Amino acid sequence: MNIPNSIVTLIAGIVLTLISLWYGQNHGLMPVAASEEAPLVDSLFNAMMTIATGLFILVQGIIVIAIIRFRRRRGDTSDGPPIDGNLSLEIVWTAIPTIMVLAIALYSFEIYNAMGGLDSAASGSGRNNPELAQKPGSAIAAPMPKERDGEDLAAGVGASPGREGSAADVVVDVKGMQYAWIFTYPDSGIVAGELHVPAGKDIKLNITASDVLHAFWIPQFRIKQDAIPGSTNQLRFHPQKIGDYPIICAELCGAYHGVMKTRIIVESPEEFQQWRQERIASSETDNNQLSMLAPSEKTPSDAEYASRYVEEKMGIDQQVLQQLH
Amino acid sequence: MANQGHHTPWWKYFTFNTDHKVIGIQYLVTTFIFYLIGGVLAGGVRTELATPEVDFVSREIYNSLFTLHGTIMIFLWIVPAGTGAFGNYLIPLMIGARDMAFPRLNAIAFWMIPPGGALLIGSFFVEPPQAGWTSYPPLSEIASNSGQIMWILSLLILGTSSILGAVNFLTTILKMRTPGMTLYQMPLFCWSMIAASILILISTPVLAGALILLMFDIVAGTAFFNPTGGGDPVVYQHMFWFYSHPAVYIMILPVFGIISDVLPVHARKPIFGYTAIAYSSLAISFLGLVVWAHHMFTSGTPGWLRMFFMIATMIIAVPTGIKIFSWVATVWGGKIELNSAMLFSLGFVSMFVIGGLSGVMVASVPFDIHVHDTYFVVAHIHYVLFGGSVFGLYAGIYHWFPKMTGRKLNEPLGITHFVLNFIGFNMCFLPMHWLGLQGMPRRVAEYDPQFTFVNQICSVGSLLLAISTVPFLINAIWSWIGGKQVGANPWRALTLEWQTASPPPEENFLENPVLWSGPYDYGIDNVHRDSDKPVEELLSEVQGNAR
Ligand code: HEM
Ligand SMILES: [Cu+2]
Ligand SMILES: [Cu+2]
Repeated sequence: MNIPNSIVTLIAGIVLTLISLWYGQNHGLMPVAASEEAPLVDSLFNAMMTIATGLFILVQGIIVIAIIRFRRRRGDTSDGPPIDGNLSLEIVWTAIPTIMVLAIALYSFEIYNAMGGLDSAASGSGRNNPELAQKPGSAIAAPMPKERDGEDLAAGVGASPGREGSAADVVVDVKGMQYAWIFTYPDSGIVAGELHVPAGKDIKLNITASDVLHAFWIPQFRIKQDAIPGSTNQLRFHPQKIGDYPIICAELCGAYHGVMKTRIIVESPEEFQQWRQERIASSETDNNQLSMLAPSEKTPSDAEYASRYVEEKMGIDQQVLQQLH
Repeated sequence: MANQGHHTPWWKYFTFNTDHKVIGIQYLVTTFIFYLIGGVLAGGVRTELATPEVDFVSREIYNSLFTLHGTIMIFLWIVPAGTGAFGNYLIPLMIGARDMAFPRLNAIAFWMIPPGGALLIGSFFVEPPQAGWTSYPPLSEIASNSGQIMWILSLLILGTSSILGAVNFLTTILKMRTPGMTLYQMPLFCWSMIAASILILISTPVLAGALILLMFDIVAGTAFFNPTGGGDPVVYQHMFWFYSHPAVYIMILPVFGIISDVLPVHARKPIFGYTAIAYSSLAISFLGLVVWAHHMFTSGTPGWLRMFFMIATMIIAVPTGIKIFSWVATVWGGKIELNSAMLFSLGFVSMFVIGGLSGVMVASVPFDIHVHDTYFVVAHIHYVLFGGSVFGLYAGIYHWFPKMTGRKLNEPLGITHFVLNFIGFNMCFLPMHWLGLQGMPRRVAEYDPQFTFVNQICSVGSLLLAISTVPFLINAIWSWIGGKQVGANPWRALTLEWQTASPPPEENFLENPVLWSGPYDYGIDNVHRDSDKPVEELLSEVQGNAR
């Protein structure tokens, strides 16, 4: 290798590193980070994007340069040099990816631990819920399992390391059903179709499903947990930014899977208390709000379904609820 | 004589024929037809997704479109094309055997494909299955029961066919090599078929078990996976992915082999790191068996188990990286002929890199929790399966078409095919990464209107993909009938399959072929077999040379 060549290689290496470092931080691919967990996941993703960008440019660059430099000239029927390996090169390209993936694995481990994924209380078997699943359409508002916080051994994401063993500030029982989410606040008995939580607090969800699999996903929080009929899984997180964010069902659950959405409303603790008081007060009166119902007939027309969905307060009144119980 | 090429009468392709070459072509044509059907279904999916509302098909039909699309692409195209078509056609020729070890079994394995496919497609007209190609219970137990049962039966048939094929490949490679050929003198395609066959034999029976239990739940009211009776739906996921993760390697390993054999020929250089590539196939096969739960990071899998599966999965990047670097080093410094086979091979390497990088990302538990079951995963699987497997299969078709038919595919049409395919593919699937990260789940017929524009880009890309198939089809049909005729070895390749006429005679070789060089000895003794000379003449010439 002559000198200009190695200088060119060196410069290319520096440019590649700079581009990767820059793009890894500035890709702008993630939505708003609205929970305490989100920046953790984002920093991990940024690190992976940095490495991925570097490797991507490296491999594609070499391919493109090879295509340009080593094109067969017209009429040239000779072969290339008979190089069939190079031990030190092969050791290098085995060792470097090994180190890289171990680094990524270690970093992921750290982040996962920081999110509470390794909380021992959340690492047991999630199959503790004797409540049985129903065929769709029946028993829409079956009672939520009554569990005390910390008693259950649900698998999922638990308390982050500093908070292990301590009870969450707000506990909500979440039930997925075709095609709605139902949130029950066990301490107050509030049942709601939208999830209200106070910002900056430690929230714990006990997630289950009544018919088929669903998955509870808040993209802006970077958290997801399957809702599995017959077992309860916990998900602990810390909402940070006040605002409304979508709650999306991410596991195929039937024809209306794509409209199984609702909102999480992150409010200041005062607003949250206010909402809570209002709901407790009004829970005795009629017009209780509940999320949309599963279509009772097997295939309602889209218009029918949409009308139910669009009406913000998917009104089923207390009477209907009682009948269903 | 040998160099004349032996043309099989067309009607033989419709019979129970035991010639591995006939069977290989039967597989290739049949699976390609299924590929076209799967593509039409994908077109339906993308048409629906051109707008955020549900307006093209009903929600139920939409779900069955992607269910059948995924199932057909995997079980009736990639798996049987990579193993059945190329494995059958190439293995005996590459190792200098007259046929496969069990020719009748081989024919039986092929003839299970059409009924399996018919059953699957028939399900669409009976009661379309709607639970996705993964068919997770309880949904798969309550939605479209009769269609779901047909889906299960079809997969059981196709799985059995796949197992029969694997037994044949392994026995043939291990027992039927021409005298004097050691394992280390085999073309790398044979190594990758060993690795893929081991995976088929170990994992497919577990899928069969899962499907049979699922069927019991549906027809006999048992409760293996049904929580209503105390069953556990997550157990199905474990059994399903115990097969279906290895299945992704069953789909990519043969293609790795194809690339390892196509690149050296058109770059005129030995494969870089033969043993490393061969062993990395085995390493991938072994590791591929212990990573299945990376599909279940949000299924309530305990935290420490998630960590185990995360690390095991990430380690697979190492043998995969070895292959990629070796391929790049193979073309580096060569005399690259940028023909269609080479373009698809290089396209494979560069697209597969993207899928591999996003693969390491989704292996990372905290990140996967965010993107699991979103369009990010849809992007990932297509970069590995389409940019990977499909591009590689095309490379193989362009490369071995002259061997199979005695004629070359037209190059300008082939290059047009590649360019359209490459642009359409990236336009269709690259933006999906962004969609998933931003919050679009997969398997939905309607989506948030903020995603409309990007989805439309994807849909236009899929249209380009559909169009790209046209030059290929014209090319394949037209070249088969009237393409430029070639001699035994138009590419001046060194592997054994090029040492006999194109197409090869019934028993492949007139006598046991002699190894006159290693499979990748380019640039070593500068032996070039001229495409127009008869095989016998070449043979004596080369043997003279060697003395
Ligand atoms: C012809 C061009 C193709 C297009 C436009 C296309 C499009 C799509 C789309 C839009 C989905 C997502 C459906 C959804 O989740 O809502 C999908 C899923 C999928 N595709 Fe493709 N695809 C193509 C080719 C392929 C190929 C070649 C394979 C080969 C293996 C493949 C395998 C899959 C699989 C396994 C799924 C998941 C199916 C499921 O969710 O059950 N696709 N495809
Ligand atoms: Cu759902
Ligand atoms: Cu996998």
